[in-house]
Amino acid sequence: MHETPILRVENLCKQYGTGCQECQDKERNSVEKNYCKSCGTVFAVRDISLDLYRGEILGIVGESGSGKSTMMQCLYFDTDITSGAAYINRPGKENENVFELSSQQKRMIRNHDYGMVYQNPVHGLKMNFSSIGNIAEKLIAAGNRNVSDMEATGKRLLTNVHIPLHRMKEEPEKFSGGMQQRVQIAKALSNNPPILFLDEVTTGLDLSVQANVLDLIKKIQRELQISMIVVSHDLAVIRMLADRTIVMLNGEIIEEGLTDQVLEDPQHAYTQQLVYSLL
Amino acid sequence: MKANTHFAFFDEGSKKEIRRATLKAVAIPGYQVPFASREMPIARGWGTGGLQLTLSLIGQTDVLKVIDQGSDESVNAVSIKKLVQDTTGVQLTECTEEADIIQSRHRIPECSLTKEQILVLQVPIPEPLRAIEEREYMTKRMHAEDDYSGAWLMLFEQIMKFGKTATTADHPVSVHDRYVMAPSPIPRFDNPKMDHSEALILLGAGREKKIYAVPPYTSVKSLAFEDYPFTVESFEGAHCHLCGAVDVFLDELIDHEKGATIYQCNDSAYCIEQLNKQEKVEVESTYA
Repeated sequence: MHETPILRVENLCKQYGTGCQECQDKERNSVEKNYCKSCGTVFAVRDISLDLYRGEILGIVGESGSGKSTMMQCLYFDTDITSGAAYINRPGKENENVFELSSQQKRMIRNHDYGMVYQNPVHGLKMNFSSIGNIAEKLIAAGNRNVSDMEATGKRLLTNVHIPLHRMKEEPEKFSGGMQQRVQIAKALSNNPPILFLDEVTTGLDLSVQANVLDLIKKIQRELQISMIVVSHDLAVIRMLADRTIVMLNGEIIEEGLTDQVLEDPQHAYTQQLVYSLL
Repeated sequence: MKANTHFAFFDEGSKKEIRRATLKAVAIPGYQVPFASREMPIARGWGTGGLQLTLSLIGQTDVLKVIDQGSDESVNAVSIKKLVQDTTGVQLTECTEEADIIQSRHRIPECSLTKEQILVLQVPIPEPLRAIEEREYMTKRMHAEDDYSGAWLMLFEQIMKFGKTATTADHPVSVHDRYVMAPSPIPRFDNPKMDHSEALILLGAGREKKIYAVPPYTSVKSLAFEDYPFTVESFEGAHCHLCGAVDVFLDELIDHEKGATIYQCNDSAYCIEQLNKQEKVEVESTYA
C-alpha cells in the first residue's frame, strides 16, 4: 500500500554566500566540511530530500552546525531558501511548491498548517504578553474573532501542558524555562496544525521537566495524529520519540532509516561515532 | 524690518510636497504616506503635522477654526490660529458651521460636518501597530500583508486583563476594510463620526512624517471582537451643567463649592452655541 506523505521536501539547499568556481567544481575539493575555503560560502543545507507521513515523528540528529536548525527555519519560512521545493498535502494544493508562494500565502500556511517550537522560547513567544494572549495570537492570525472561544481553547491547551490556569494571565517572562517551553508548545498546537516542528525542545531543561515535555509530545502525537519533525542532538530523546531518524552531517543527510535500526546498527562512520560516544 | 514671507508660511515647493502626499493619502484610504515634514516655528509633537496640512490647504477666502481637545481658546489652538492668520490673513471662527477648514487636536466637533468642510487632525503616533512592533520596516510589511493580528492581540490582552477593551483614546479602526489606522487620540465617542463622514478627514503626524486620510463616505469600523462589541464612553444620567446638553462628550469636573461631580460639554463652541440659542428663545418669550 502506498501512502502519500503530508510533507514532501525535495532537494532543499541553503547557502550563505554566492559560491565560486572552485566550490562548484567537485573535483577541486575546496569545500571543507560545509565551508568553501576559497570564497567563504557556507553550505548550510545541501540537497536535502525527505518525506513526512501523517502521525509520524521524524527525528533529525547531527552535531552542532550540521544544518538541522537551518533546515527547520527554511521549512517554516523563517529564512529564504537557495533552491528546492516542498509540497504540503492540502486538498487541491498537493502540487504547489510552498517556497514559491507569496509571503501572504506563506503566512497562511504558518498559521493554519504549521506549528513551531523553537529551542529558545524568546523566538516563539511574545514575552511581555500574557500566556493566554500568546495562544490567542495564533488563533487571531488564523481569523478567529471570538474572545470566549479563544479563551476556552487557550485554557484547554494550558491545562494540557500543565500550566496552572491561575497563571494564564501572566507573561511568559515571569515563567521558568520549562514553563515557557510548555506555553510555546500550547501556542504551536492552538490551531490543530497537521505539521509540528520541534527544534531542540528539551535542550537546557532539567530531567524531570524534560520527561514532562517528552510525555506531552508523545501524548499529542497519539491523540491528535500530528506529524512532527523533531530536531535534537540528544539521542535519548530521539530514541524515545522518533519513528524514523535522519542523521545529518555538514548539511547533508548521511544516513536514514527506522530509529532502532539507525541507533542499533549504524552504517556510516559518523553515525557509529555518534552512537558509541553516548555516555 | 519685516521680511516678506510667503502666503501660508511655506514656499510653494513645500506646499506642493505636502499636497502631493495628501492626494496619495486620499487615494489610498487609511494608508500612511511618508512625506518630507518641514521644520515649523512650533515644536514637533505640538501639532506640526496638522499645521502643515492646514497651511498647504488654506486659501485666501477660507475660514479657519482650530480646536485643542474641544476648546477654541486653549494656548495651542490660539498659537496655531495666530500663526496661520499672520501668514495668510484668513478669517478665523469659533463656529463649527462657518469653518471651511477645522484643525483639531484629539476631538471631532459635536455637530456633524458637511462635504464643504475639511477636518485636519493632529496625530502623535500614526502607527497602530507600534506598541507591538517597534521596527518601522516590520510594521510596513505587516500593513502590506494585511497582518493585523497584533492590533487585535492588544485588544484581546485588555479584555483578559480588564474584562473589556480599555482603549481610552485612539481605538484602532479599519478603513475601507483594508488598512488598520490610528484615528489619532480622539475618544472612542468620536470614532463613529468618522464612519461615512461627509467631510474629508486628513491626519498629519509631523514628528513621524506621515500623512493619511479618510475620504468622504468611506467606511471606518472600530476593531471589536464578536462577543465584545465596540462601545463608546457612556454619560448616562449626566448632562452639561451650563447648557444642559446630553448625547455629547462631557468633561467631568468637580464643583469646588459643593464638592460634587459636575459635567460640562467638552466642545466649548457647541456649548456656547446652545447657550446662545437658549438665550434667544428666552429673550423672544419675555418680549412676547
